[in-house]
Amino acid sequence: MRFAVIRFPGSNCDLDVVYVLRNVVGVECDLVWHKEFKSEIYDGVVLPGGFSYGDYLRSGAIAARSPAMEEVRLMAEDGRPVLGICNGFQILVEAGLLPGALLPNENLKFICMWVNVRCDNGHTAFTRGIPEGKVLHIPIAHKEGRYFNEEVELERLSRRRMIVFRYVDEKGEATSEANPNGSVRNIAGICNEEGNVLGLMPHPERASEPVLSPYGDADGLLLFQSMVRYVKR
Amino acid sequence: MKTYIVEVIIENKPAARDPEGETIHRDLILKGGYVNVRSVRTGKYLRMLIDANSPEEAEKLAFEMCNTLRIYNPVAHVYRIRVEE
Repeated sequence: MRFAVIRFPGSNCDLDVVYVLRNVVGVECDLVWHKEFKSEIYDGVVLPGGFSYGDYLRSGAIAARSPAMEEVRLMAEDGRPVLGICNGFQILVEAGLLPGALLPNENLKFICMWVNVRCDNGHTAFTRGIPEGKVLHIPIAHKEGRYFNEEVELERLSRRRMIVFRYVDEKGEATSEANPNGSVRNIAGICNEEGNVLGLMPHPERASEPVLSPYGDADGLLLFQSMVRYVKR
Repeated sequence: MKTYIVEVIIENKPAARDPEGETIHRDLILKGGYVNVRSVRTGKYLRMLIDANSPEEAEKLAFEMCNTLRIYNPVAHVYRIRVEE
């Protein structure tokens, strides 16, 4: 089993994801420059966080046109897991692999903090084994993370259970106070209809060892473990 | 062929809030006494020089490019193209 983490110019969370996959999860993982990425030898791929192409034009807009994304599209189509974290989520959205847009935060600030996110779909490639309704502790760090979509499309996302993670309070309620960036319906992460492509603004790789969490848990690790189980199935 | 100045202006759809425009309107323009200003929307502005045989051709090329390369995100944005000789 072998995974790839794609590095774009400006990626800066790539090594953290590689570390978690190799040293914490214990699978083979390559760090691959986007111009050299070929999908055939990989069972899954992660698009890491960062500021690809300096966020010029819009976060993720230029990386989304990289030839690497055609390879990622092939992986998505044949059911292999594709995970986009933060800037990786923005790239997936701009490439059209996930629906919607990620706009500047409502308060126009870069927000770096631990948040509570609730898992609303425990059947995706990345959430198997996470009980629905479970609140996870994972940090965010972004300036353009306000998920936006139009009402009709939000209804479809909701009906097809494509809204996977929502920002919530400690009790698991999706209140406006618990919404850090103004995302519609407190959306923190969504998947495609098949559930093998997931994008989320929180950084699970920064919450994959208890020593890194103020809560002493490792909730982010659940996503990577689920991805590995999904490939083994 | 001539060279045309082509401007692409991108802004959020009405349903997508524009906090920067709202703040400029509320805290600068209205507080500055310009009460006739009803609203402000910020956006992104690209000015290009495009070689084409006519203004229509320059506009068509810009239109096609905006859509093919997703210069704007159709989910959240609207855009306008203006051509000058």
